[in-house]
Amino acid sequence: MTALAHVPTSSGQPAAPPAARRGRYRLLPYLLLLPGAAWLLIFFALPLLQLAAASLYDPSGSLSTGYALTWAVGNYPDALQAYWPQFVRSFAYSAIALVLALLMGYPLAYAIAQKAGRWKNLLLVCVVAPMFTSFLVRTLAWKTILSDNGALVGLLRDVHLLGPDGRLLATPIAVVLGLTYNFLPFLVLPLYASLERLDYRLLEAASDLYASPLRAFRKVTLPLSMPGLIAGTLLFFIPATGDYINAELLGTPNEYMIGNLIDSAFLVRLDYPQGAALSFLLMAAILAVVFVYLRKAGTEEVL
Amino acid sequence: MRSPLRPLTRRGLLTGTLGSAALLATAGALTGCGTKGAQQTEAGCKSDDLSATEKKLAFSNWPQYMDVDEKDESKRPTLDAFIAKSGIQVTYTEDVNDNNEFFGKVQNQLAGCQTTGRDIMVLTDWMAARMIRLGWIQKLDKAKMPNVEANLLPSLRNRSFDPDSELAIPWQSGLAGLAYNAKVAKEIRTVDELLTRPDLKGKVTALSEMRDTMGLLLQSNGHDPANFTAAQFDDALNKLKKAVESKQIRKFTGNDYAPDLAKGDIAACIGWSGDVIQLGFEDEKIKFVVPDSGVMLWSDNMLVPNKATHRANAEELMNYYYDPAVAAKLAAYVNYICPVKGAQAEMEKIDPDLAANPLIFPDEAMLSKSKVFMALDEKQEKEYEAKFQQVIGA
Repeated sequence: MTALAHVPTSSGQPAAPPAARRGRYRLLPYLLLLPGAAWLLIFFALPLLQLAAASLYDPSGSLSTGYALTWAVGNYPDALQAYWPQFVRSFAYSAIALVLALLMGYPLAYAIAQKAGRWKNLLLVCVVAPMFTSFLVRTLAWKTILSDNGALVGLLRDVHLLGPDGRLLATPIAVVLGLTYNFLPFLVLPLYASLERLDYRLLEAASDLYASPLRAFRKVTLPLSMPGLIAGTLLFFIPATGDYINAELLGTPNEYMIGNLIDSAFLVRLDYPQGAALSFLLMAAILAVVFVYLRKAGTEEVL
Repeated sequence: MRSPLRPLTRRGLLTGTLGSAALLATAGALTGCGTKGAQQTEAGCKSDDLSATEKKLAFSNWPQYMDVDEKDESKRPTLDAFIAKSGIQVTYTEDVNDNNEFFGKVQNQLAGCQTTGRDIMVLTDWMAARMIRLGWIQKLDKAKMPNVEANLLPSLRNRSFDPDSELAIPWQSGLAGLAYNAKVAKEIRTVDELLTRPDLKGKVTALSEMRDTMGLLLQSNGHDPANFTAAQFDDALNKLKKAVESKQIRKFTGNDYAPDLAKGDIAACIGWSGDVIQLGFEDEKIKFVVPDSGVMLWSDNMLVPNKATHRANAEELMNYYYDPAVAAKLAAYVNYICPVKGAQAEMEKIDPDLAANPLIFPDEAMLSKSKVFMALDEKQEKEYEAKFQQVIGA
């Protein structure tokens, strides 16, 4: 994105090409955009409109009688009132998972980018490798790792971090661990891209000017890695908040997140207006959080 | 770097809000007056039966629900024999993985009176009941299926969603009851034990399938799942709620309880007989229990949807699978309850052990304890399902 910003535009060029050629080229970007735009229109914008309409259907409708569009705005407060705990829970879990992922991911990305030397590519492959198996399979594997009779729980019981009947599976801990693990690569990769471009001489300069390593990190490394950090946290946080696989497989109904409710509203309870309203509430909540976050952490490069 | 985001702030927010409002308005304008009803009638959605000229049949079933040759997995002995005998070319597809998911797959076609491209689809009782209620299922000609008429188990006749057995013909049946792993838990006899015994706390699961879990709870309260009142349902639900709140119940599951039960992460659960028998073959410590208060009997049913053009061929296949000798071969492979009378005698010739297994051929005592969940109308279904989902947390 930075690179694009520095590409000189035609207006900035001193010698403008002849008018006829420029006219032809002016349309070109739009033509190139056409397939992508059409794709988005048909498979994203139109379904979104349909979903928006569904969220305003009369909630007393049913499958057999059909739904009338009565602009039932009340669907929104109703859905929120019934399921606000799951909303809060979704954001709490993904926020905790994000903090854990940052604590692991930042040093990891830094080490790969700056210290790995010839192992760099191998380590990158290691970060991406889990993505070669399906999301579902990876989460199911965590069930084995965290199993009540597994080695990990046995060890934690032996050192008395867990009671004799304690468990990890089917607790909030398991869900947060699952979220952290599953979305970690989305955080690490953009961070790595930012940190990889970090000029080590800037750190040398900082230390020449008597900055402590901590201060050099705070004043040089961190600001320069900001674009990657912000992109990474967004790529982590947005899907993690809407996720329902981890809560479904590693948690119990007491850990269900908002995604589980949307799933059950559409597929099990067949309450389309409520499912649609929940979907839009989730989108709105995420947009609000992202908006506040970008204002605070602020960089225009992400937008 | 320019100061970030300054231009976006207020104007951006305003544009965003206006944009969303415009989006909603367009949505309303585009979709006009909502959706049409999905209700159809068989007469209004008639299709010609081309069976006489087209010897074809498209059959959608669940995975691992048809016998295959031990040596060659691509061969299906009973089905191949049917094809050879009748000359009907059967396209067999294992594309039913979940009732709700399958409903989502065919609902737009059936609601719009269009063909699904399937002549037989196999769905569980409650989903069959819903589709029958919506008028999506063709009535069958009983005269063409003498085997079904003669051999269908008595306890599977007269079901409330299909009193004359002419819409939904059971493919296989099963029980929902209790199961436990004797390596980690002492024997369990009743639903109340499952929901309250302290040594099982946090190691119990129940099925997210409302009819199975609630049916067992209704029975444990002495009520009849085939005929209950809203107050009785609430009683049973309160019992379940207490068990969830006391953390006795660890979670609600679909088929996925089976590996956890085998590992011992789950000590006891509400589960399905077919799964538990399979686990029992590998580990004899895993046992299925029929509680004294009663068990739930469910079936997966063969249905012919509207606009399917090979109904007579479908009837021929249903009739074929109700031949006791064929049914025994199928039951020997799938290990669910065989809905065909007389198949037990045929099974003696194939495998006497299986013939004596009450979870494949239940005896009178067991059948008398089994109930089929009552058919719900749309309003009840929505109301009960919503209440149940609230308790199980979804």
